[in-house]
Amino acid sequence: MAQPLLEVKDLSVHFETEDGLVRAVDGISYTVERGRALGIVGESGSGKSVSSMTVMGLSRASNARISGQILFDGKDLLNASEQEMRRIRGGEIAMIFQDPLSSLHPFYKIGDQLIEAHRSHNDVSKAQARDRAAEMLGLVGIPDPRGRLDSYPHEFSGGMRQRVMIAMALINDPKLLIADEPTTALDVTVQAQILELIQRLQSELDTAVVMITHDLGVVAEVTEEIVVMYAGRIVEHGSAETIFGAPQHPYTWGLLRSIPRLDTPRDQELVPIYGRPPSLINRPTGCAFHPRCPYVREAHKRVDPELAPAGNGDDGHTVACLLPAKTRQALWGALSAGSSPEEAREEVPIPEHEMSPSAHGATDAATPTGAAAVEEDGGAVAAGSSGEETHGA
Amino acid sequence: MSVSIEQQGQGQPAAAREPLVQVRGLEMHFPIRAGFFQRQVGAVRAVDGVDFDVMRGETLGLVGESGCGKSTTARLITRLLDPTGGSITWEGQDIARMSRRQLKPLRREMQMIFQDPYSSLNPRKTVGSIIGEPFVIHGVEKDERRRKARVQELMGQVGLNPEHYNRLPHQFSGGQRQRIGVARAIALKPKLVVADEPVSALDVSIQAQVLNLLRDLQKELGLTIIFIAHDLSVVRHTCDRVAVMYLGKIVELASSEDLYAHPRHPYTGALLSAVPVPDPRMARGKQRQVLGGDVPSPSNPPKACRFHTRCAKFVDGHCNVEEPLLEAKEGGNVAACHYPLTDQEIAERVPTAAA
Repeated sequence: MAQPLLEVKDLSVHFETEDGLVRAVDGISYTVERGRALGIVGESGSGKSVSSMTVMGLSRASNARISGQILFDGKDLLNASEQEMRRIRGGEIAMIFQDPLSSLHPFYKIGDQLIEAHRSHNDVSKAQARDRAAEMLGLVGIPDPRGRLDSYPHEFSGGMRQRVMIAMALINDPKLLIADEPTTALDVTVQAQILELIQRLQSELDTAVVMITHDLGVVAEVTEEIVVMYAGRIVEHGSAETIFGAPQHPYTWGLLRSIPRLDTPRDQELVPIYGRPPSLINRPTGCAFHPRCPYVREAHKRVDPELAPAGNGDDGHTVACLLPAKTRQALWGALSAGSSPEEAREEVPIPEHEMSPSAHGATDAATPTGAAAVEEDGGAVAAGSSGEETHGA
Repeated sequence: MSVSIEQQGQGQPAAAREPLVQVRGLEMHFPIRAGFFQRQVGAVRAVDGVDFDVMRGETLGLVGESGCGKSTTARLITRLLDPTGGSITWEGQDIARMSRRQLKPLRREMQMIFQDPYSSLNPRKTVGSIIGEPFVIHGVEKDERRRKARVQELMGQVGLNPEHYNRLPHQFSGGQRQRIGVARAIALKPKLVVADEPVSALDVSIQAQVLNLLRDLQKELGLTIIFIAHDLSVVRHTCDRVAVMYLGKIVELASSEDLYAHPRHPYTGALLSAVPVPDPRMARGKQRQVLGGDVPSPSNPPKACRFHTRCAKFVDGHCNVEEPLLEAKEGGNVAACHYPLTDQEIAERVPTAAA
């Protein structure tokens, strides 16, 4: 198989601040194939934006400590010079942001901004660049594209501005488009227009897309593969069908059950995730999700889980959860049958000591025995202490 | 404009039929001024003749795209704006033209929760004084110690730690700040709470906490809530009845069950069709009906049916000539449309309608 377009390997981005070291991204790996769409889902502070800003070379602040590897088309972007990054940014990798108003310069005409974007990467005349700008505005569905080149950003509506941003991002035929919450500031009707546009352009121009969002509906509509991030790490990774149909991480379950949806009965209870996102300076010990997890066991507070195969026969599905695969499947079965987390906990026995291969790290994943895990952890697990008091509302 | 108000109560439990607020022909035209003498040259018709009732104890949702007039309507009902026309009947008395002084005793009965928990709390005041301020303004609980006790009780009620009485807003997370806003709103035991996009600034995992809190408080205190949101899934979950607004008018009004199961107005259908569904199989199978273009300017709205410029069922010579009335359609929805959606069309466009 050909080399993937983007390969992120064990990427960490830490920021030194007065309050301490912020581990914004803490060892994540993923790949994006040519022409495919990857969704990165997580709450604010999960590291989803920082990781893609780093791909763009936009997090090179003096207090940033970046390690790992980002291979784009075989080139290591972390070792690229600022000059090389300037060429790649807006050229081969383009990005669209959440707020289209603050991403466009209010003093310059739309056309001039598009022309500048094109000419800074291509040796073309102004007239040629103007033609290209008009062509792009037409492609993203702006009526009378040639006439609108002389308009200022404030003369466009929010949805139109986001279209202009997309036109600008795509003007140099990028191989990869990173979209960071591209529709969050927009009305649903405009959101539908923009999502349709991104999908159409992806298939027409064969651009790979990384879609970063907190909206599960958006990733379900646009992407084939999904990464769920929590506290700077990937906690679950799989195909869209798997993440929505057979998720294996309690945080993913929480996300799916805490949003009201149009495709479930109206009176279905919302199950909030207790507590709040963790501090990235004082990361909780063990599994970072343990203070909010309804299924936590004492041992989970000490053992830091790694991404490991989910153990359900699905090769592409990995999860970082210490619950044994059987237990997870039974819990999800109970939850999807309508049980609350409390009821699911009653129905499904959660073993005190047995843990999934996530406890060993990916290398030892071949020996998923619970007994060994307990030995390694010192065996000092306080049997019988439920640890359920940790998630008060 | 004749409106079949009787129809609006459908889908309501009998106990909730008594209206708390009755809105008739409500208008808010913001003047556009130009020239040296600032003469009025036009008007933005933000709200242009809306009629509806808010029943006691219900949650009424107002939905629509930005600029449809939903927030303006809410601000008119709470009289933060002076309407340019129409009446607002609050428990039998018309408050549309009351003076500030006349309104003051009513203010404690209607409270607002705002969208942005960061800008709606004074950063220099402690949480205790923010939640206690309504007591000071209205001269209730003058004794400081008793006021503190009441505030701490409120903090407990909304799920905040009462010991955090002396903390400042920046020491709280977004979800907790929204709880502070809720505590402030319910401090004086109001009859009506207007929640303007109360969860849209919050993280997904936190939204459910605030939504459940609002629902529990409503049961406990018998609150009537006007819930404004652009997120149609949240509205469906939260509201008993929903009014859909477009360009300053209500285009459809129905109980949540009816509205989401069989939207009759093509605009409602388009809104529902646009909501992304967190289910890849359903998402792939659906024929998304994408509304073209943008909302027309409210200073120069289209003639007759205002939606005709974007409507898939537009009939020339009818929709752009004769304004449709808000009237009962099949299934109990009240909609303003000459050609309401059929069940067949709903099944094609809104895959979630069956749920």
